[in-house]
Amino acid sequence: MREISCAQIRAAVAQLFLTANRQIAPDIRQAVTDAADRETSTAARYALSQLTENYVCAEEDGLPICQDTGLAVVFAEVGQEVRITGGLFSDAVTAGVRDAYTEGSLRKSVVDDPLFDRTNTLDNCPPILHTALVSGDRIHLLGIAKGFGSENMSRIGMLTPAAGEAGVLRYIVDTARLAGPNPCPPIIVGVGIGGDFEQAALLAKRMTARPLNKRHPDPRYAALETRALSEINALGIGAAGYGGVTTALNVAIATAPTHIAGLPVAVNICCHASRHAEINL
Amino acid sequence: MTDIREVLLPLTDETVSSLRAGEPVLLTGPCYTARDAAHKRLTEMLARGEALPMPLAGQTVYYVGPSPAPAGRPIGAAGPTSSYRMDAYTPALLQQGLKGMIGKGKRSAEVVDAMRRHHAVYFGAVGGAAALLSRHITACELIAFPELQSEAVCRLTLERFPVLVLIDCEGRSALVETPII
Ligand code: SF4
Repeated sequence: MREISCAQIRAAVAQLFLTANRQIAPDIRQAVTDAADRETSTAARYALSQLTENYVCAEEDGLPICQDTGLAVVFAEVGQEVRITGGLFSDAVTAGVRDAYTEGSLRKSVVDDPLFDRTNTLDNCPPILHTALVSGDRIHLLGIAKGFGSENMSRIGMLTPAAGEAGVLRYIVDTARLAGPNPCPPIIVGVGIGGDFEQAALLAKRMTARPLNKRHPDPRYAALETRALSEINALGIGAAGYGGVTTALNVAIATAPTHIAGLPVAVNICCHASRHAEINL
Repeated sequence: MTDIREVLLPLTDETVSSLRAGEPVLLTGPCYTARDAAHKRLTEMLARGEALPMPLAGQTVYYVGPSPAPAGRPIGAAGPTSSYRMDAYTPALLQQGLKGMIGKGKRSAEVVDAMRRHHAVYFGAVGGAAALLSRHITACELIAFPELQSEAVCRLTLERFPVLVLIDCEGRSALVETPII
């Protein structure tokens, strides 16, 4: 058994959220820069140029890229040959999130009770933690700082098998259409197809952090990703909703086996400020 | 974009009339921050007939919940939040003479209608350009509801703060319509 301490986990989680909030991933930065170069609408090009300038401002001024520094979501893959020492794994993750948000000048955006009290917890905790047991003796942590302007525009549809590829495509594109300018386009669209109600949503969330240069390994789904991306861009919503040719930077699909009666489709929208970071312990 | 018109806050009626949907402008002058929780409180105070902590007549509200200000800066990252969540409260504020709103995204038909009646304008700032926008805010003073944390009402001073007129006082919109067909 390899030992990993809670102190290591806590420090790693804190670092993930500090990095994710202050530095945009290089692939997204490149995609936004390319979109600015390509843009035909003057207003949208103005918006995109503000985004590329914003990355520089954030670095120079020690500020997060966006003021909504998100709800902290952690995907943890824990090797079965790891022994966690010095406390509870989930407590270590929570402590890491608390460290990042209280010491890193990040916004605390979590309220305790969702409906009645809505009192800020003052430390952006609790995070949302998804833990999977995997083979090996490592822990892989993916931290996503999820902004809610885009989260609020996400949808899940329990389609019928008869809806088929056309139904799935339409559901994805309609989600972007309904969202319009609200989720800070250009957006990144995570899609989960199959599984059940919550597994589809989980896959969709995970896909918002997939590197932009990857495609689904099955060429049929890869083609669906490309098709959905070009149909969303044809909507003409454009950067910040100002029109133009780039409404989305990517559509990423993940799939899972499902029930004979079902075709769940979850569409998790992420803004251009897709802030995520990962580490292997 | 070069030669962008600078517009002074608080807005005059003449300025509001001159602004056209789709026009980029740079805002300079004071405005107030307010988002979901502050809007709820302000409209509840109005319903009870209480005086508001800040004037609304002629003023501009910015839908923003900034990140904490690091040492030496007046404010942290400060980009717009989605405006539609304020739609339920906005007509009551327009009724009090609110002239300008800064946010991002769509507005309801009721808001656009109230903007027309009360001669007000809705500006869009680029969501997610929060560190850049922060450089165009030179002062931030707490006005009310400190217990709301990032949602407290503050008085900001803007300096050449880049926005686009998204909906003008005649109800014209610069946003691309994407109805479900
Ligand atoms: S949707 Fe994203 S970019 Fe827009 S305000 Fe929210 S976190 Fe920031």
